[in-house]
Amino acid sequence: MKKETSGNGSRPVPVLTVKDVSYWYGTKQALDDVSFEVYPGKVTALLGPNGAGKTTLFSLITRLFDAPEGRIEICGKSASEWGARALGPLGVVFQQPTLDLDLTVKQNLRYFASLRGLSRKEADERMLKALEALDMQERINERVRALNGGHRRRVEIARSLLHSPKLLLLDEPTIGLDVPTRSAIVRHVHNLARTGDIGVLWATHLFDEVEPNDDLLVLDRGRIVARGTAKDVVAETGAKDLGGAFELLIGGDTEEDIAA
Amino acid sequence: MSFTHYARAFYGIVWRELLRFMQQRERFLAALVRPLIWLIIFAAGFRAALGISIIPPYQTYITYDVYITPGLLAMIQLFQGMQSSLSMVYDREMGSMRVLLTTPLPRWFLLLARLFASVIVSLFQVYAFLIVAQLLGVQLPPWHAIWTVPLPFWPHEFGLVIPPIEYLFVLPALILTGMMFGALGMLLSSTIKQLENFAGIMNFVIFPMFFASSALYPLWKMREGSIWLYYIALYNPFTWAVELIRFALYREINGTALAVVVGCLVVFLVLSVWAYDPSRGIQQRKVAVPVTG
Repeated sequence: MKKETSGNGSRPVPVLTVKDVSYWYGTKQALDDVSFEVYPGKVTALLGPNGAGKTTLFSLITRLFDAPEGRIEICGKSASEWGARALGPLGVVFQQPTLDLDLTVKQNLRYFASLRGLSRKEADERMLKALEALDMQERINERVRALNGGHRRRVEIARSLLHSPKLLLLDEPTIGLDVPTRSAIVRHVHNLARTGDIGVLWATHLFDEVEPNDDLLVLDRGRIVARGTAKDVVAETGAKDLGGAFELLIGGDTEEDIAA
Repeated sequence: MSFTHYARAFYGIVWRELLRFMQQRERFLAALVRPLIWLIIFAAGFRAALGISIIPPYQTYITYDVYITPGLLAMIQLFQGMQSSLSMVYDREMGSMRVLLTTPLPRWFLLLARLFASVIVSLFQVYAFLIVAQLLGVQLPPWHAIWTVPLPFWPHEFGLVIPPIEYLFVLPALILTGMMFGALGMLLSSTIKQLENFAGIMNFVIFPMFFASSALYPLWKMREGSIWLYYIALYNPFTWAVELIRFALYREINGTALAVVVGCLVVFLVLSVWAYDPSRGIQQRKVAVPVTG
């Protein structure tokens, strides 16, 4: 698939631009001058301990909050100028489950598709394709309440892709899932980014979800303390792996602290 | 966004509400049984004890069950408005509100679509109640039946009248009152922080609104009993919703009631949109509290 490029013909156009964004809850600063970009075809991992500001950042990108300072653009459209319309190319999987438990998988997906302006026919075709890719097509008529956590997550991922987004935000989507399910989701999303030319911003605190060539942002206490590809960040810190690099970068917090 | 996108999203929001409503049969039964208890038990007792004089829109003496029926219709809609508010708080706690709020459609449209969905659900309940009330012999307006179905072995001499024109005439009034209660519910949902607080809020809103209104007694009778209660009822928007429905059932428009209902609807709606705006404090606190990271 041909990548969109900027005016100079070499660099791809970012699907997400976050520039100089700061945010406060009252007097407590949650984000401090955060800037980064997410490119199509790439997974950008956002690594940070609890309270680092990851969910606040996601809330600002998805316009659940307005950013009082800085600029956020999705595919070149700023939410402050375009309002809700800027969210058109965005797909999101929130940390908190967001499916309607009393509706079936199909009803949940149809509801979302209608919110995205898809016709019933388009919705049905796309949902079958998305569910097939996640091996969930046989559960389409089951109520979400009857599905386990892993299957619900797969449905949420399928839902986030129905409208063919250019930017996919995943806020710790594998939390609480078993290892095989986690691995399947990680593989699927990386594959999606590569083959579908989607830019992915993946918030996590699980190091094994980050591949060496993924772009990496390390967020600590509202500030980005490291950026680059995962392998470059590890090399720059001199650590033997990403866990060690992360520990050095955030000032000694252990993996157990982070996962707590 | 195109008109088609708006239409599909609107349809989707209404369809989801109806699906949820149909899956909750207990909710439908409760919505029906609650006013029926008032109609069958309360009205039967008061029928003998309380005389209603001839007051507009009535042209003749009426029985008490006929008098309280508009109030019971408004009660159904008020409960539905609060139920819709509960549903919004539930959606926010369960996270599905985020799915709605992160769509590329303006928030006022999303809230208005939710409001309409709630009104449509309330109309199903109201008309089901009207049919049951009619079967129980409540003769609301002078009938202009298009079609009368005689029911065998049914004690009521008129059978089931389908549909009395007045039931259609009252529809715009019911839409307006349903929207007003829905907007009130929406406003409340923006101020309720947790699902657990909801029962208290419901009791605090529904019962005072219902009892301190013209639903059960005419205002003039209330004035004879208690002047302060009369003034509370006079300034209670529920009173005017009841009066709008009462007059509409008799093909009349109560101008004051219409003005109060429309005015309250606009105020509640503007405040709701304001409260759910991402740049305002209320919604930000709500979303920020339960999440980490």
